[in-house]
Amino acid sequence: MSWITGVGLTAYGKHPGRGTLDLMSDAASAALADAQLERAEVDGLVCGYSTTMPHLMLATVFAEHFGLKPVYAHAIQVGGATGFALAMLAHHLIDCGVASNILVVAGENRLTGQSRDSAVQTLAQVGHPAYEVPLGATIPAYYGLVASRYMHEYGHGEGDLAELAVLMRRHASLHPGAQFREPITVETVLASKPIASPLKLLDCCPVSDGAAACVVSRSRSNNFAVRIIGTGQAHTHQHISAAASLTQFGAAASAARACHAAHVAIADIDYAAIYDSFTITLTILLEELGLAPRGAAGRLAAEGYFDYDGKLPLNTHGGLLSYGHCGVGGAMAHLVETHLQFTGRAGSRQATHTRRALLHGDGGVLSSHVSLVIERAS
Amino acid sequence: MAIADWTRGGSGIAYQACASCKAVWYFQRGFCPACGDANPVSRQASGAGTVHARTTVARAPTEELRARAPYVLVLVDADEGFRLMAHGGPALEIGDKVQARFVDLAGKKIPYFDKA
Repeated sequence: MSWITGVGLTAYGKHPGRGTLDLMSDAASAALADAQLERAEVDGLVCGYSTTMPHLMLATVFAEHFGLKPVYAHAIQVGGATGFALAMLAHHLIDCGVASNILVVAGENRLTGQSRDSAVQTLAQVGHPAYEVPLGATIPAYYGLVASRYMHEYGHGEGDLAELAVLMRRHASLHPGAQFREPITVETVLASKPIASPLKLLDCCPVSDGAAACVVSRSRSNNFAVRIIGTGQAHTHQHISAAASLTQFGAAASAARACHAAHVAIADIDYAAIYDSFTITLTILLEELGLAPRGAAGRLAAEGYFDYDGKLPLNTHGGLLSYGHCGVGGAMAHLVETHLQFTGRAGSRQATHTRRALLHGDGGVLSSHVSLVIERAS
Repeated sequence: MAIADWTRGGSGIAYQACASCKAVWYFQRGFCPACGDANPVSRQASGAGTVHARTTVARAPTEELRARAPYVLVLVDADEGFRLMAHGGPALEIGDKVQARFVDLAGKKIPYFDKA
């Protein structure tokens, strides 16, 4: 068991002139202040990567810049699953006694630090360099392929996917830091410009600048009582051409491991923080995780089931789809929001009666899965 | 006869098979990913298969490819038992039986599937 003693999150969107280290520092400062910890008390540091500042040793670069001398530090990368994988690693490092207060931090100027083409091409490299990328495949194209098959099998319409984009925007409209806050409708989503069928612009998360951080600790450092009680992973393939199935990924196996470690069942989960790079990603993950029946994610969203005051509040900050996606920090914002919810600090988005959260992220094309179970201790 | 492989400049689809465990796969390597056998056999695929998934890409990643957009990407289950990504005709749907030919894309021959 480990405690999440503090969190930090910048607004997502445009931060012109701010680089990777600037943004990471902003979130790290906020997380340390939140945890009521001084730099000298932080003895562990784990971070991910930045596409605008590729480096062999990002963790030690950041430690030097921010003023940390940790006993343990390095970076890891598993694409979109990196943020939750970092939290999982910190949790286990605490369990093993390697460090006492571990800073988990991510950020980059993915939007203003490079051209749109450069971002699209960098991200497409999760595809196979010889067998997929030369065909003009992009991340939305990989997910468009998955969507076509998944919807074929389970009967979703494009309007079902759109409901999830509408839900994320509804939540983002209540968060001052969200990149997109103007309400949208299913019709707006369906009429947005085509990207890779069946995905349209508003089925896709934006590219953002931003940063997020948290501190994972052996002991509580303040009045917050939020802890990680179980973690799990599953990795089934890297390239979508090599995936064994386009309808069964590793999500359920990953979550089952996390729930087993936490001694809880999926039915005990009352808050969900699920990776939503595309509406199809969120649809598949909700349904494979057992948080929605197959084919029903969109209908439940339309019925208010996933609203902040619904039965199972989901991504109440607006998710990647509307809060924004700055890379590794993208999913970390889900973790920050979970902490705000469990410490009663979510303001007008505050859910009531939530106690156990399932956080789930995927990297690649539903390739790498990481699940966390986080609990509000009484 | 040499096996034609579009990823190496040829006009053909190559795949590999394991004589020990009978596994079949697409991405070339020097061993069987299922059992580790060190002597996989490379084979020439017929180019016949079935559409498993399809997307129309409207937003291309590069200037060169933008001239070709929108284009259709498909995942095809080859009759020989492996899956591959390729381009395809605009009217292709999931479940269609297809046959590959080879077209130029950005200075390279790539597999393109039409309805069989």
